[in-house]
Amino acid sequence: MKDKKFIIGGVIIFLIIATFPFWYNQGKAAPVPELELTAKAKAAKVCVRSTEYMKAGHMQLLDVWRDSVVRRGDRIYVSPSGKEYNMSLSKTCLDCHSNKAEFCDRCHNYASVRPYCWNCHIDNPKEKT
Amino acid sequence: MLELAIKGGKKYYGWMTFLLVIVGVGFLFYLRQLDFGLGITGLSRDTSWGFYIANFTFLVGVAAGGVMVVLPYYLHDYKAFGRVTILGEFLAIASVLMCVTFILVDLGQPTRILNVFIYFSPRSVLFWDTIVLNGYLFLNIIIGWNVLEAERNQVHYQAWLKPLIYISIPWAVSIHTVTAFLYCGLPGRGFWMTAILAPRFLSSAFAAGPALLILCCLIIRRVSNFDPGREQIQSLAKIVAYAICINVFFFLCEVFVTFYSNIPEHMDHIKYLFIGLQGHAAYVPWMWTSMGLMLIGIILTVNPITRKNEGVLAVACVLIFLGTWIDKGLGMIAGGFTPSPLHEVNEYIPSLPEILIALGVWAMGFLVLTALFKMAVGVKEELHD
Amino acid sequence: MDSSRRRVLQLLGLSSLALTATPVLNAFAKEAGHTEEPEPIIKPDKKALTAKQWAMVIDTRRFKSAADVEPLAAVCDTIHNVPHLQNKRHEIKWIWETHYHNAFPGEAGRFLSEEVEQRPFIVLCNHCENPPCVRACPTKATFKRESDGIVLMDFHRCIGCRFCMAACPFGARSFNYRDPRPFIKKINSQYPTRMKGVVEKCNFCAERLAVGQMPACVEASGGKLTFGDLYDPQSEVRELIRANYTIRRKQVLGTEPSVYYIV
Repeated sequence: MKDKKFIIGGVIIFLIIATFPFWYNQGKAAPVPELELTAKAKAAKVCVRSTEYMKAGHMQLLDVWRDSVVRRGDRIYVSPSGKEYNMSLSKTCLDCHSNKAEFCDRCHNYASVRPYCWNCHIDNPKEKT
Repeated sequence: MLELAIKGGKKYYGWMTFLLVIVGVGFLFYLRQLDFGLGITGLSRDTSWGFYIANFTFLVGVAAGGVMVVLPYYLHDYKAFGRVTILGEFLAIASVLMCVTFILVDLGQPTRILNVFIYFSPRSVLFWDTIVLNGYLFLNIIIGWNVLEAERNQVHYQAWLKPLIYISIPWAVSIHTVTAFLYCGLPGRGFWMTAILAPRFLSSAFAAGPALLILCCLIIRRVSNFDPGREQIQSLAKIVAYAICINVFFFLCEVFVTFYSNIPEHMDHIKYLFIGLQGHAAYVPWMWTSMGLMLIGIILTVNPITRKNEGVLAVACVLIFLGTWIDKGLGMIAGGFTPSPLHEVNEYIPSLPEILIALGVWAMGFLVLTALFKMAVGVKEELHD
Repeated sequence: MDSSRRRVLQLLGLSSLALTATPVLNAFAKEAGHTEEPEPIIKPDKKALTAKQWAMVIDTRRFKSAADVEPLAAVCDTIHNVPHLQNKRHEIKWIWETHYHNAFPGEAGRFLSEEVEQRPFIVLCNHCENPPCVRACPTKATFKRESDGIVLMDFHRCIGCRFCMAACPFGARSFNYRDPRPFIKKINSQYPTRMKGVVEKCNFCAERLAVGQMPACVEASGGKLTFGDLYDPQSEVRELIRANYTIRRKQVLGTEPSVYYIV
């Protein structure tokens, strides 16, 4: 083919650049984030749902909560374990998990996720009461 | 065919660079708007729609005006327009692109725009406006591209395009009717709640669109080897003449209805625009200028001597374009919101960042328009070589 | 690629395999997982107040001066984190005081007594039964709750197009032209703020009704405001409407506002 040198050279350069994140971080992967629980969270032992479920699906849960509270006015959530919770991000979730920087932000920063929930929902830091 | 739009002379690149700079400035200010919020505009609690939506409304009209070359050719076999239908379709594409961009720029939460489709609301006119505008955009892209390509290859365009072309004609009328319905169905806004709003929008569109098209044709004749044709320009000018007469007539109907019935709430909006209300009169010189421009435009286009003189015709088209822009853009929006539902006057003046962002959108539209026209003219020049 | 029948059949087979792979694998995964947990239940608070259509009656005769109105707006602004912006263009108002001629433009009489001319009128969202703003919204971010007739905002869904503001005949809606947080005097951590780019308005204290409390302005008014179910013939609001002459703002438009004014 014509311009063989340039084409193959270009493909190699592209491959190097495209796989950069993989080979550059060989041996120094960023550590999995460690989350700190507040005393209140530790004492409660279990969250609204199981830890596995929350890790994978807390966004879906919040979505269900928000449609239920905002659009239908139903505010009580009975979890599979039978316990009743008030469906509120600020008053329920963030009441226990009031340490946003050591809890929520750790995973969100690691995964480069920027939820804008806190633009409106107050994160209830306990130090500032 | 795109390669025809990429190659050009120094003047072409100069013009495109100039437009790109304006787009760049507008974009930078838009980033500021994304960061700060719509507070950088002159909008207020009382006047929640302003310069962006004004330009949007006007440009929907210009887009619909493109149908004025398509209709006579395809429906009534007016062969002369065959040379210029592509220009009308490409003008429609550029205009609708500007419309959609103005809407995006006006949104408070633009990243959520897909909510309109996810949670579609058939009772909302805004939903239908999104549908018809996007539909018209795709129609014109498909029709324009394929017809031009067929012309370049000197074959007849594919048969399946014919029904699409026929659909595009009432569709063009529908885009501006639905845009008018945004306004004229709102119970609290007396200035807009008139059955004649949709007809007035259409008449002003059929004046502004072809006027811009005439100017483009004259420029094309000057800068390229393609001559859209004297007869074609004259036919367009006659369309403009009738449309601008009807537009001014419709407005005078509004004036009669409002002032003869003497209902204060209805009179207040026109009074605010033309003589001022509660001490606020910023729009008065603009509205009278608009009337003057449109009247001079009528005289110049109706009178055959001035119309046949293409230099004077060009001036008339500029006057008509400006006059309709002030009337349908600024006047209609500000007049509708002022006085407010609580009968307060909080005057709306667009801010500088707002104007620069709007100019950026116009420049983007003209960028697309120039590229598309370069392509069309390139094909026509090829055929004549 | 040759376009033979064999080719088409091969493609169809591959496509159906690809399309059905995910659901089949999901079904297997579900079976292999732990036992099904009981489904969570969602229900309203026991104390929640309900009505077919919430309505408010404002006895304007009992409002003599600004001092009667200020506590109403103040408590609403405080509990709902309504910001106070200096720039009049960007102001956010949920409930506020205005003049008779502004609350009822075109309907206010002439040669009125001094007292009526000076009387402060409060205005707020009327939570219409036939709301033009709900019709206008392209995403149903503003909606009329079927359970109790309150016209609410879903701030998560609002795209900030402000069509509802154009549609409202009463000027009841405000837009966040900038981030409101710096302008909130004292943030109430029990209620969210809003962010820039969304429209907001009075919500008839839906969050208070959900836990059995009356709207804050009604509580703060000391009886000048009455709140209740418009379609309950025994309710206080129906009593008041029966016993007194009431007017509603721009009634002729047919939006059926739920805020009645005793004049």
